[in-house]
Amino acid sequence: MKLTVLLLELGKGLLVSVEIFTLTLLFSLPLGLFVSFGRMSRNFLLRNFIKLYISIMRGTPLILQLMVVYFGPYYIFGMSLSGYRFIATIIAFSINYAAYFAEIYRAGIESMPAGQYEAAKVLGYSRAQTFIKIILPQVIKRILPPVTNEVITLIKDTSLAFVISVPEMFTKAKAIASAQASMIPFIAAGVFYYVYNFIVAYIMEFFEKKLSYYK
Amino acid sequence: MKLLEIRNLQKSFGNLKVIKDFSMEVEEGQVVAIIGPSGSGKSTLLRCATMLETVDTGEIYYLGEPVVTTGPDGGAVYASHKKLKQIRQYYGLVFQNFNLFPHFSVIKNITDPLITVKKMQKPEALEIGRSLLKKMALSDKENAYPYELSGGQQQRVSIARALALSPKVLFFDEPTSALDPELTGEILKVMRDLAAERMTMVIVTHEMSFARDVADHVIFMDGGIIVEEGPPKQVINNPQNDRTKMFLNRFED
Repeated sequence: MKLTVLLLELGKGLLVSVEIFTLTLLFSLPLGLFVSFGRMSRNFLLRNFIKLYISIMRGTPLILQLMVVYFGPYYIFGMSLSGYRFIATIIAFSINYAAYFAEIYRAGIESMPAGQYEAAKVLGYSRAQTFIKIILPQVIKRILPPVTNEVITLIKDTSLAFVISVPEMFTKAKAIASAQASMIPFIAAGVFYYVYNFIVAYIMEFFEKKLSYYK
Repeated sequence: MKLLEIRNLQKSFGNLKVIKDFSMEVEEGQVVAIIGPSGSGKSTLLRCATMLETVDTGEIYYLGEPVVTTGPDGGAVYASHKKLKQIRQYYGLVFQNFNLFPHFSVIKNITDPLITVKKMQKPEALEIGRSLLKKMALSDKENAYPYELSGGQQQRVSIARALALSPKVLFFDEPTSALDPELTGEILKVMRDLAAERMTMVIVTHEMSFARDVADHVIFMDGGIIVEEGPPKQVINNPQNDRTKMFLNRFED
């Protein structure tokens, strides 16, 4: 196989990887915020339900969760799985990452000094105004480094979708490598992942710098 | 006119009775200083008066409007959420550690409550903010962020932030305790100026000479009760109670 053909095939896979990455962030970042609210809720049932959910998401392999989310509907409801492969991937990744993001949000929110809430309360801010205008912007600054960590991990984790044969970059690399009995596809994929991560890390660093105008 | 009235306030944290019985009245234009040793309940009292803590029993009125009253079973009954929101506009609070919003510039710290809470237009809020910064001698710091300011400057911004909402009563919770002596002076000067303008103030402080010079009424608290109160010359210069004498002795020289 010519190198250009190999790169073209991997490039197609990379597009799918980027899709998984983008859609997962799009859903898990806001979902994580609601999960963190549930985790901090005064409601005993809700709080403990969320704790259990986070515990399962963090306590079992993502690769296993992918398989359960994909094959589960067939085994439990006898549902046909055609056209469900990609959706299952996004669901599994989103609920997994939401659990991790929720704990990061919670750490950020709980690290805010009580004085910020008290000052806002005395000044007349409502609870929603306090959260949106005073607390959240400061929380975002605090949690950006751990969020960057998760985002970078996600790029590499998208390769786990190979287990349910989503045609993302790793699946492609593996297929070409076995067909050609060559290491080159893996090395090329590795370079792609690295460059991809390098760009994302650079963007995250840019946001961190943007928020460094105050301490 | 009576701006604030507190009657028989009691507050416990678990088994610890922090305020056993406290009553006071604050007239318009009056400056009340609350002094006393650490753990005497001064700050808790201020936190109850500003609704940062709920009282166990007792009554609080601002301009005759009830914040909390005594129910038929003797427990505390708070006014409706809506009513409390309205009453919050009657007072401001200056914290010991400023509690400025670090992600807002100096001017935005002052104008954002006006715009967000009072729904004021931005130009009007800016005008109020700038004139208060001028009063606090901080006009050149308008676009600075809190971390770039000294403690004294931060505290002046927080006073400006409280004043912007034109409260009828301004509470100070040990406003100079986080500052070194040099910076303490600039805050006390601002408070003296406010007193001269007949701003009604309730001040928890350890600055005895300031309390003596500026306050109209001094309350000495210890163990959750008022031990002695009266005009500053009486309470500070000529205390009658032994506990007051012992406390004030530590401040001499």
